Amino acid sequence: MRSSPGVRPAAVTARGWGWRHAGRPRPAVSGLDLDIQPGERVLLLGPSGAGKSTLLHALAGVLGDGAAGASGAAGDAEDADETGSLLIDGAPPRAQRGRAGLVQQDPETQVVLSRLGDDVAFGAENLAVPAAEIWPRVREALDDVGLGRLPLDHPTSALSGGQKQRLALAGILAMRPGLLLLDEPTANLDPAGVLEVRDAVGRCLDKTGATLVVVEHRVGVWKDLVDRIVVLQPGSATDSAGLNSAVLIDGPPDRVLAEARDMLIGAGVWVPGYVPATRTRRPARDAGQLLLAAEGLAVSRERPRRAGLRDGFRTIAPRPVQAGVSVQVRTGEALTITGPNGAGKSTLALTLAGLLRPVAGTVSAAPALSGGASGHARGRSAGHSPGHIGGGAGTDPYRWKAQQLIARIGTVFQEPEHQFVTGRVLDELMFGPRHLGYGEDRVDELLERLRLTELVDANPYTLSGGEKRRLSVATVLAAHPQVLVLDEPTFGQDANTWAELASFLSELLDAGTAVVSVTHDAEFSAVLGGTELRLRPRETAAAAPGPELELPEGASP
Amino acid sequence: MRDALSLRGNHALLTRANPLAKFTAVTLITLVLALSIDWVSASVALAFELLLLPLAGLTLALLWQRGWPLILAAALGGWSTAILAPDAGSVLVDAGIWSISAGSLQLGIGFMLRGLAIALPAVLLMSCTDPTDLADALAQNAKLPHRFVLGTLAAMRLVGIMAEQWQTIGMARRARGVGSSGNPYQRFRATLGQSFGLLVQAIRSASRLAVTMEARGFGGAARTWARPSTFSGLDAWVLLGGLGIAAAAAAAALGAGTWNLVFLTHQ
Repeated sequence: MRSSPGVRPAAVTARGWGWRHAGRPRPAVSGLDLDIQPGERVLLLGPSGAGKSTLLHALAGVLGDGAAGASGAAGDAEDADETGSLLIDGAPPRAQRGRAGLVQQDPETQVVLSRLGDDVAFGAENLAVPAAEIWPRVREALDDVGLGRLPLDHPTSALSGGQKQRLALAGILAMRPGLLLLDEPTANLDPAGVLEVRDAVGRCLDKTGATLVVVEHRVGVWKDLVDRIVVLQPGSATDSAGLNSAVLIDGPPDRVLAEARDMLIGAGVWVPGYVPATRTRRPARDAGQLLLAAEGLAVSRERPRRAGLRDGFRTIAPRPVQAGVSVQVRTGEALTITGPNGAGKSTLALTLAGLLRPVAGTVSAAPALSGGASGHARGRSAGHSPGHIGGGAGTDPYRWKAQQLIARIGTVFQEPEHQFVTGRVLDELMFGPRHLGYGEDRVDELLERLRLTELVDANPYTLSGGEKRRLSVATVLAAHPQVLVLDEPTFGQDANTWAELASFLSELLDAGTAVVSVTHDAEFSAVLGGTELRLRPRETAAAAPGPELELPEGASP
Repeated sequence: MRDALSLRGNHALLTRANPLAKFTAVTLITLVLALSIDWVSASVALAFELLLLPLAGLTLALLWQRGWPLILAAALGGWSTAILAPDAGSVLVDAGIWSISAGSLQLGIGFMLRGLAIALPAVLLMSCTDPTDLADALAQNAKLPHRFVLGTLAAMRLVGIMAEQWQTIGMARRARGVGSSGNPYQRFRATLGQSFGLLVQAIRSASRLAVTMEARGFGGAARTWARPSTFSGLDAWVLLGGLGIAAAAAAAALGAGTWNLVFLTHQ
């Protein structure tokens, strides 16, 4: 393997560096003193709010709302404020475009252009690399990240999450940066995608010798690749005293993990070899009562289409991503849906939850679920379900009115923000119960149980990732559903939130709620127990009734 | 949806022409057709355009699939002109308040043909032009500011993502008990809420994408182009073709005496 010419590993120097975001009272980082030697590989850890992403963005030269030199000249609380110095090779990052390359968390917004090769070339073009030199760089970068077999005009929208992250890495590599910055690059990926990305990063570092700074709370993934771990503490903890350093611990991985193990576990870091303690489930005495049954189900996110004039405007059913699924959901039992990316796990779960119309087959609610009276629902309002005596509903969840649905089947989406409907945490929790005419007693219980009491007046959009997840679970449960459907509930969560969530769900299960979860997380499914429904990839599973229909790639995660 | 504009699999001749040349040729034809309402110039242009379909990798079926709204609109326009225009010549159909006469039928057909002849080049252009290549040509050949052109191109990708997010947010809100049923006011409110959710997500995506682009050095003064947008002999033919169709249409109409400048029309 020939080494890339022109890659000069970068050095990072921080002296008393701090950053306060515009409009925030406290700095995200303050008093940071840090030296990173050229070629060093650093894993950056710390509790949420320790300013890890802020530091990476600063090194990438993208902080400061696009206005260069917005370093608090006005001293206004509305403006961002920078203190001390942060330098790459002795110069400010903003002055050296392309010296550092950043890969962020969300695969979808890492892609700029619609063809593979163009996207990789984009950064090199911006750095005014001569055109003749760009395409060799593009091919080399794609080879390095393991995407070399795809044609250069391959559509980027057809890539999986792991492939998109590797594409982003290739786009960075084509710029030949001396410093690689990775901001939780694998948080949204399945286990196979995580390894793909990690291995690609390792290969590229071995080849170029570039400096690496990676932020990630799953230490096990990166431990063997890095040679130093730096633990930061929140800027708010350092500025009051003015003496504490922002760096809490700094050293080789094994030493840091040995010395600071308990502290890291306390901060929610995923320390290798440690599975957070969770509540164990009570052994089930007898089989649960049937709530939902799917028979010969075929699912797709596409809606049926009308054929053209030549085909007489008949309805064309979309090609299902998964077909022939028969499964039952019972009280107090967990059902885990697993399988590779693109197998239609989320699509199946959303269809079971009455949110998508089945392409073929049926989802039917048993009387225990569709009927008005249930174990723990009280005072179901008749006012919102006209035409249904006693609040009873039909057997097809997709045809239920929204309020009939949420009182029976609750769905927690992968992205909590998609479900926020108000501007205040308390209103968010009250929303379901108020519309259903329920009492508000369960809301207090949920606030307490999911540690949201302190946050009742906050805006949901401003919460941290873990808080958003806890809130989204609480809001759905506030409507007393008998079936709870969760889509990748543990993605990107720290160990503390993970343990809370798993314990809480096992309690719900023991209390008789049915829990259906889509997950890649084997430890999480182990805590919940129950049955696993393993889906095969779509190539082998999907029947093809629609003859000329093309489905957009990547329609489902 | 997201791949609707993709050209994968289309290797027709016109896909290799410079987008700017194609754009200019289309503009020429459209300009001439916009000048006159008559059926001769429109049908001559239309005939030539239909002959060009294979060069753009289009078949009649594909054309209908991509352009049916335009084709229906042209037909409707022609129909309403035929029944509503003042009668001239012998009356063919008379149904009381509306009637079709030889004159109004001719006007209607002219109107429909003209609509088709103007719409078809646009469908042709989009069928054989990749948006990325169009952006390259606009920035490199037409010298539009590259920040603007590439920013727009990247934003177009987000439109596809937003279509998926709209569906997801709709389901996510139903799962919170916000139904899209009820009286029109309730439905309006639900749509408003869903739009707000989409707006928030769109802003999130846009700012993340902006960081991605900035982190890849976007926005500097100097820039090179990995895909140089160049002109070839083919582009001369494309321009000549456009000019030829425009000239043939105008000449045929002048020769047949139907040339009828829009701004000089009088009853």
